[in-house]
Amino acid sequence: MTAARGFAPSCPLPAGDGECVQLAHGGGGRAMARLLDALIRPAFDDPELDRRHDGAALEVTGPVAFTTDSYVVKPLVFPGGDIGSLAVNGTVNDLAMCGARPLYLSVGLIVEEGLALETLRAVVASIAAAAKAAGVRLVTGDTKVVDRGSADGLFVNTAGIGEIVAPAPVGPAQVRAGDAVVLSGDIGRHGIAVMAAREALGFETAIESDCAPLAAPVLALVESGIAVRCLRDLTRGGLASALVEIAETAGKRIAIEEAAIPVRADVSAACELLGLDALHVANEGRFVAFVAAEDAARAVEVLRRYDAAGAAAVIGVVGDGPPGQVSCRGAIGASRVIDMLSGEQLPRIC
Amino acid sequence: MRFRDEYRAPAAAQGYARAIAKAATRPWTLMEVCGGQTHTIVRYGIDQLLPVGIELVHGPGCPVCVTPVEYVDKAIEIASRPGATLCSFGDMLRVPGRGGDLLGAKSRGADVRIVYSPLDALAVARAEPAREVVFFAVGFETTAPANAMAAWQARRQGLANFSLLVSHVLVPPAMRAILDAPANRIEGFLAAGHVCTIMGTREYEPIAARYRVPIVVTGFEPLDILEGVYMCVRQLEDGRAAVENQYVRSVRRAGNLRAQALMGEVFRVIPRRWRGIGDIADSGLGLAEAYADLDAERRFGAVRTVGEAAGECISGLVLQGARKPPECPAFGTRCTPERPLGVTMVSSEGACAAYYRYRGAPRPAETESAGA
Amino acid sequence: MRVGRVDFGGVVKEINLAFVPEARIGDHVLVHVGFAITVIDEAEAARVFEHLREIGELAEDGAAP
Repeated sequence: MTAARGFAPSCPLPAGDGECVQLAHGGGGRAMARLLDALIRPAFDDPELDRRHDGAALEVTGPVAFTTDSYVVKPLVFPGGDIGSLAVNGTVNDLAMCGARPLYLSVGLIVEEGLALETLRAVVASIAAAAKAAGVRLVTGDTKVVDRGSADGLFVNTAGIGEIVAPAPVGPAQVRAGDAVVLSGDIGRHGIAVMAAREALGFETAIESDCAPLAAPVLALVESGIAVRCLRDLTRGGLASALVEIAETAGKRIAIEEAAIPVRADVSAACELLGLDALHVANEGRFVAFVAAEDAARAVEVLRRYDAAGAAAVIGVVGDGPPGQVSCRGAIGASRVIDMLSGEQLPRIC
Repeated sequence: MRFRDEYRAPAAAQGYARAIAKAATRPWTLMEVCGGQTHTIVRYGIDQLLPVGIELVHGPGCPVCVTPVEYVDKAIEIASRPGATLCSFGDMLRVPGRGGDLLGAKSRGADVRIVYSPLDALAVARAEPAREVVFFAVGFETTAPANAMAAWQARRQGLANFSLLVSHVLVPPAMRAILDAPANRIEGFLAAGHVCTIMGTREYEPIAARYRVPIVVTGFEPLDILEGVYMCVRQLEDGRAAVENQYVRSVRRAGNLRAQALMGEVFRVIPRRWRGIGDIADSGLGLAEAYADLDAERRFGAVRTVGEAAGECISGLVLQGARKPPECPAFGTRCTPERPLGVTMVSSEGACAAYYRYRGAPRPAETESAGA
Repeated sequence: MRVGRVDFGGVVKEINLAFVPEARIGDHVLVHVGFAITVIDEAEAARVFEHLREIGELAEDGAAP
């Protein structure tokens, strides 16, 4: 919580701006200029931003990847991350999944009137830290303030530009029968961490979100000479949704082995308590890579050199048909069909 | 996790599968009573491991599925009243009533709250004395003691703003109704292990004797189901019809006496209508006279059960074990978890939901792929 | 009204123990809607495997015979 009104030594804004974001902070006038100059630009610390121009002038050589995502996670802060780190890593990872090196990000903030300035400061610091860790520059952005009740604290949009470094096209259309499915690590942490932070569950857990930038391991894979057919980061809907989407788009079948999928014991326990299947729980720092069968072992070896992909493993194989089907062979030896979740598992998880 | 993971061991599962195959000299039709058992069977593919002649029919042990539609309607009516709050277990929220479900009502502004335990509903009532808080008390005997505790505590705490909408059902009368049905094919039962943890196994002995069917009280993990099937098949092969306990780590013949005592104080046995099956005498629980003032039906109007609307849904036949979900013409096409025609597709324990979730919707031009 | 902290394999939840007055720290319990309904009998818990060995379908080390 912030200090007494009028004296807030940790907050760079002068007294008179109070402890909370007000509509004036988005009004385009002096209050907004103060917010940007004192709180936002110093945190992001980028020469492009400091030019205070309508847009950034950038250089990119070669083919470009471009992506955008909006982040509405509730609560704003959860074990292992916050809306800020989520917003940076989510977009960085989408660029990586295109086989691109992430370069530049824009940040759009929609702030609810009444949000504590301390919270905004913390999220902005988190965005800056995540960008630095991911090696991307924050070069342009926007801030709006909306009436109380319109934004649940804070919504964030990030858009990203990266340079494509993959030597061949990467996407579901490239997936072939016989390809290996490689999963970068254990699943289910983010969804459980966010659910636990919402309090309604009444259980204690040390599970933290797996929110992390994935560009380094992905680019290592792509630049290693391994034939990478397709990449997909896992978010809402979990591993199941990612595999079903790819199987349907590629018109292929995917068969996975339950025993090969890493799930931490406490995540598994939480899923059982909540009646959830870990395959459907959200992740924010995991991806699947479809690689040529002969490259599977080497792909795992390359990925495991990186912390973010330390538990990488081959979990399955692509087949010809039935097209769009994902099946999972259980420990007991019988198979079941995996589909996307019907309806809502939990709203506002990302 | 201990006492869970070891009952999923593949080698032991294969061992029981072999034992069952060796023991069975002819086909047998068994019913597993509890919806949680149905889910384990479908999720782990236990029916794929069994020899071809051993058929598992899915019974009506899904309390959410058998709750009459009028109770869902009443719950929605209560939740929609200003000043009233309806607390419910999560899986009742998408059960279709006549005018939609509780989730739909919630999105239209009704005060519907999901609780994990009945005591959470009590906590809501204590925290919000200005609101009338109603707990939707459904379930089998496994849940009855917990619901009874909520009523008992409400009485002790003198809570004036708490009541229960009760639609409890009992297992043994349902088993008798199935065995009495003229077209009954069930030759042996896997009884619900969690129900028997509370009630014990004694009340199944007269059923086994009268109808000459083996009844094996069975747990919920894959090995439990397999061992239960093995024990049941052995009895059938030997011509025996006894109550046996597979779930010995949790079930004792007398059950949990404290839980039974509290149920006896708070509830009384009443007739109940089972959705999809009809009226069964002495098959439900209602509040005892001494707790009648906690009955939501007294405060908000009695629930009147009327006949069922005819439609495409064959939930009733599925619940009775007369049809399997994939045999329904609407399965996976006009009836899916997103747009369910009946309760067996919505409830997490419903047979149709289990098949859909683990076996998938039928796809055009799909060849047999089980166990591939 | 006795409540206890129950560990579900790394996730801890407060559970009502009114129906299991004999439960002690270290016991495993079966939990349903926030209530412990029985203490797991550890001696009986191995019965599933003993039975399988008796009928010759399981080796001592838990593998196939």
